[in-house]
Formats: sequence, structure tokens, C-alpha cells
Amino acid sequence: MSKFNPYNDNGGTVVAVAVGSRVVIGGDTRISNGYNILSRNYNKVTQLTSTNFIATSGQVTDAQTLHKLLLAKVALYKHQHGHEPSLKALSKLLCVTLYSRRFFPYYTFNLLCGIDDDGQGKVFGYDAIGSFDELKYGAQGSGQQLSISILDNQMKGTNRNDDYSFNGDPVGLVKDVFNAIAERDIYTGDHVLIWDVSPQGINQSAFNLRSD
Amino acid sequence: MADLSFLDSSDFALPSYFSPKEDLNPDFSETLSFPTPQDLVAKGTAEAKKLHQFAKGTTTLGFVFQGGIIIAVDARATMGSFIGSNKVKKVIEINDYLLGTMAGGAADCFYWETNLARVCRMYELKNGERISVGGAAKILCDMVGQYRGYGLSMGTMIAGWDHKGPGLYMVDDDGIRLKGDLFSVGSGSVYAYGVLDSHYRFDMSLDEAVQLGRRAIYHAGHRDAMSGGVVRVYHVHQNGWTNVIVAEDINLIHDIHEEEKGMKNLDDQVTFKH
Repeated sequence: MSKFNPYNDNGGTVVAVAVGSRVVIGGDTRISNGYNILSRNYNKVTQLTSTNFIATSGQVTDAQTLHKLLLAKVALYKHQHGHEPSLKALSKLLCVTLYSRRFFPYYTFNLLCGIDDDGQGKVFGYDAIGSFDELKYGAQGSGQQLSISILDNQMKGTNRNDDYSFNGDPVGLVKDVFNAIAERDIYTGDHVLIWDVSPQGINQSAFNLRSD
Repeated sequence: MADLSFLDSSDFALPSYFSPKEDLNPDFSETLSFPTPQDLVAKGTAEAKKLHQFAKGTTTLGFVFQGGIIIAVDARATMGSFIGSNKVKKVIEINDYLLGTMAGGAADCFYWETNLARVCRMYELKNGERISVGGAAKILCDMVGQYRGYGLSMGTMIAGWDHKGPGLYMVDDDGIRLKGDLFSVGSGSVYAYGVLDSHYRFDMSLDEAVQLGRRAIYHAGHRDAMSGGVVRVYHVHQNGWTNVIVAEDINLIHDIHEEEKGMKNLDDQVTFKH
């Protein structure tokens, strides 16, 4: 009789890019189990406050529980403090929430993104037990390795000989990145949901990826 | 009738206590951390433990000299063979007069050293004076000592200045707490020790000491695959600590050294034989 394994990777990729006071978050909508596709319409991104979002890849059950828990903690914060938590406060909150399960971790790989109190768009990348770092851009999930080199090249100008800085459209970049991932990663595909978050508001859009 | 025999499995009924990492899907053990002996032990080979005792993928170093303490670290974090980041902050600013370094599990180091900061502050408030460096190191050692055998991975140096002058302690998840004048922790420590031991003198000037720390990290980052990114150097002195080098790219230091040695563009001159 084989031992019950509580962990399972449901695949998928999330990407976030911060430019100035704006942050663009994308997550594919495919959930897989081994070689089976369980859903083509699953949203991996949760809005925590008016400007802050969490995007999670990994195990869906752990991600759902984590998102629910964070929403409850944010609601509690709002009651106790009379205002929404800043992105900086949320970043520590997510860290300790993940570390509280140090010995039976949430199988989740998170990107916490939004606009901080200083008006700057920021992305925080996490590992499964809460180690985090502030980033200009991040990718997590099955397509991480495929996409991060593209993001390094476009956002930082690595592996180029010209004088380069990114001045394009971050939404376009995220779309290109997902198209690239979907070509070579079996677990990423179907659709991508994109949130374009800026002080002016949130623009949500969707576009199609390969369904194979 | 569904097969519920998995509920009888005593293995799953004890998820959180003994060597939890061994029970998990082996691929999952690659969290953003510097690979640890436990990862290799979990793969079931008894020999691996001894062979890979060094495997805390990073290089950190600290030494005491006449001007105080120099702390120098690299900035690379790996998940297996994937480079998670080349810009990680491996020096944790515990408070204005205490620094902690990070080697091993990033989350473990960050969490426990941040918790140490909280405890040190409480000590200040309750006792009306700053905690000693040795005291802070002991608190950290005892905190993680409670989790001995649970799989925490942390190799840190606590550096600070107290009433006894400069103090440098190495604290480990094995329960080690050592006071010393020169330490290096991590997979690149072997390279750093070579450079440090060759040039270390107690009576160095501040500039010499900073350059020694920077150079040792550069050499470790150059030769150790698990170390690299940027060099960060801190100076601990009577008035607290100063971040002397915020982030200096190891590749750029390599270019500078090449130029000094007159070996610049050597790669461009290499021709390939068909």
C-alpha cells in the first residue's frame, strides 16, 4: 500500500512586471494533474486590497487556502487599523503566514504585487516557506525557467551589446512572455488573465493561448 | 466503498515531526534555499551526508581587525541548479549595532534573525541597556536549538559591538555557537578561507580590510557555482555598522583583475581548431 502523498503540482505560470507606478500581473488559467487538464478557466490571481494582488502557482488546494487566509487577515487588519494594509505590510504578512507552516509547507510559489505607499509599483517573489525579495519583475511556476531569461533580456538588458532600457508596453511584454512559455511548457496554456494596476485604476483583460 | 486505508497509515499521521523533508515529494524540497545536507540525506544515501556537509550554497565571511569587524557576502540564491536571484541580501540588519549573515535556508535565516531583532529590542526595553553580542548569539542559538532535528538550515554569523568591543560569533542549526576572529560559512567558504588566510592581519587598515573581504568573496563567487552575483561589504565599528559596498558585480571585479594581470580580452584571442 503506497503512502499518501499530500503534495501535487497543478502546474501553470504567473508573471508580474513593475514599471514606474504601474504593475502588470498575468496568470495562465490551466490546472493540470499529471497529463490531464482539470480546468481551462481557473484564476490564479486574488485581489487583496484596492491596489495589491497575490498570484500563486503550485498546488491549487494550498493556493486557495492561502488566498482565503490572507483575505481574512486583510479584513482583520482593516477593522483594527481603519485602513488597508500597505504592500510592505502585506509582504511581511505573507512571509510569516508561509513560515508558520515551515514543517508542512503550503506548496505554493507566490508573487505579491501592487502599488506601495510610495506610489511605486513593486513585485515580491516568494519561495514555499516564506523567503522573499523585492523585484522589478518575477515569474513563478512551471514556466519560470522558460520565461525568466526573456524577462532578464527585455527588462534588464542582459545578453545584449546595445545600450538598452525598457520603454515598451509591459502588458505587451507579459503577453509575449506567455506565448513563449505556452509553446514549450505543457502545463501552461488555454488563456491568460492580465491585471494592469496603476494609480488610475485596474484594467483587467484576457487573451487566448494554445489549448493543446 | 472508497479505499480509506490511507488513514491508517501511521506515516502520514506524523507529518510534522521527524525529518518532514524526507516524506515530501523530493522535487519539492528545492525551495528557494541554498542546498543543504538534509536535501541530500533525504535522497537516501548515507555517504552523501559526509561528502556534502559544505553544501550551503553561498559564501559569507567575517573577520575582526583593529578597526572593528568586516562582514562580506555574495548574493546568489539557487533552487537546485536554477539561479533564483543574484541580488539577495544575505546580511540582515538586526538593529543599529548588530548584523547577522545568511547561509543555508533563506526563509529560516530571515525569520529567526528577524525574530532575534524583536527579542533584542524587548531585552533593551526590559533591562534599559543594549544586549551583548554574545547574548544575542546565544538567544539565536537557543531559539533554533529547540528545533534541532526538525530540518532547519541556518549557518549565520552574528557581528556587533558591545561593552567588550567587537564581537563575532558563528551560530549554526547544529547547535554550534563559536566566538572567533575569522569565519567563513557556505559552499564557497573554502575559496574564501584561502584568500583570507593568506592576507589577514589584525593590524590592517580599514581600506585593506574592506578590499580583503571583497577579494575573498570575488574569488569564491568566481570558482563556486553556487556563489556569485554581487559583493556586499559591511563594516562594524563603535558607532554601529556601515554598508561600505552596497552591491559590486563579481563579473566586473573579474574584469578589473584581468586587466591588472594584463590578461584582458584573452578570450577574444582564442581561436577554435576545426
